[in-house]
Amino acid sequence: MIVPLIKGLWLTLTKCFSKPITVQYPEEKIPPAPRWRGYQFFEADEQGRTKCVGCGLCMVVCPSQCITVETAEDEQGRRYPSRYEIDTTRCIFCGYCEEACPVNAIFMGQGYEWVGRKREAIFLDTERLLEQKRFNPSR
Amino acid sequence: MSLLYLLIEMVIKCVVVFGCLMLAVAYMTLFERKLLGHIQIRFGPNRCGPFGLLQPFADGIKAFFKEDLIPGRSDKALFVLAPMISITSAIIIFAVIPFGNEFVLPGTNYVVKLRLADVDIGLLYIFAFASIGEYGIILGGWSSGNKYGLIGSLRAAAQMISYEVALGLSIIGVILLSQSLRLTEIVHLQAGGFWNWNVWYQPMAFLLYIVCGLAEINRTPFDMPEAEAELACGFNIEYSSMKFALFFMAEYAHMITMGAVAVTLFWGGWQPPLPSLAFVPGVVWFVGKLFVFLFFFIWQRGTFPRLRYDQIMAFGWKVLLPLTLINLIITALVEAFKG
Repeated sequence: MIVPLIKGLWLTLTKCFSKPITVQYPEEKIPPAPRWRGYQFFEADEQGRTKCVGCGLCMVVCPSQCITVETAEDEQGRRYPSRYEIDTTRCIFCGYCEEACPVNAIFMGQGYEWVGRKREAIFLDTERLLEQKRFNPSR
Repeated sequence: MSLLYLLIEMVIKCVVVFGCLMLAVAYMTLFERKLLGHIQIRFGPNRCGPFGLLQPFADGIKAFFKEDLIPGRSDKALFVLAPMISITSAIIIFAVIPFGNEFVLPGTNYVVKLRLADVDIGLLYIFAFASIGEYGIILGGWSSGNKYGLIGSLRAAAQMISYEVALGLSIIGVILLSQSLRLTEIVHLQAGGFWNWNVWYQPMAFLLYIVCGLAEINRTPFDMPEAEAELACGFNIEYSSMKFALFFMAEYAHMITMGAVAVTLFWGGWQPPLPSLAFVPGVVWFVGKLFVFLFFFIWQRGTFPRLRYDQIMAFGWKVLLPLTLINLIITALVEAFKG
């Protein structure tokens, strides 16, 4: 009767002086898996513009219908998205937009920290999608 | 004039002891959370200040600013009184604990005794107030008008009765050895090295005292009155804000006093473990030994699961009580044959 009690005490004592396995989150982070689907980003062309041609396939394929695309044409006849917006509060990170894209413009990134005080502040538009590229250096 | 000096001395000692006790209670909560964290291979609180050292104050400030609710169907007078009874009886025990020997104030011939009161029925005083502390729990649970609170306080009452008997009987062996209820005398008799400590003469009583003491302060293997899983915190379920904090502080203050009494009775109080180590002040030894006990109280909390209610009752009446009685009889016989 006494021996198991002492065994238990010994176990907790040894665990007490072992190194905690806690990850101290804001200071140290566990990197996401290589195929992790986080917040999207835009691939840029040589001039730093988005490669997106505004075909709207991502808008069609998106199951939660969180992507809005409006297309325009510039002077050289190049089509570009005059308005591209992802409602990130509704995105389910399925990755269909990445699969559907015919010009490899949009990708699922590695970022998962996405906070703001207003909903509008965390929506992704063209500029912010291009900015997101710097969090995903490998792709 | 000497009366004035005595008054000043008493006031200073009271303030220092009270302050140290409250600080110890505050840091006990942090120490417990840290140690439990490390036992569970976590860190414990480490966000408030370096190593989380400001956490007790953050908790205290938070408790102050919480809404202070008194349930409509409660007995309001008793509901307010219960936490006060708890904290008062827990703190008041420390008045008779001798935490050091006397010393002469440098530059004068004024002798300062390191204890608040040297009562000749010190042990009786301690156990009287330790029992009154339970009334706080019983009244608190009952007056809140909550069924969980009521069950918690019923359990507290039952547990108090069954373990108080064994607790009282376990220390009678020590009283037989030292022929005195005065705590300073009990400590003086244990002078001259660790082999003179009562724990070697009364090992069984020491173990029984620790077990019964844990039950008395409602520590984890015996924390029936506030069994979280089944009673949703038991007696203090309706308490919020500073009233809850008072119960909380009372629990830790009670734990510290239980440790202090164990040190005084069994581990030689302020006496150094070896006579050659007498140059270290007695207070240091006292605090050091007390720390060992507090560490054990938390350590076993992180180890043992809560017992079932009927097991606790059976253990108290069918195991602990006979063991203490046997221990008492053997001690009495040995003392009688020694002459």
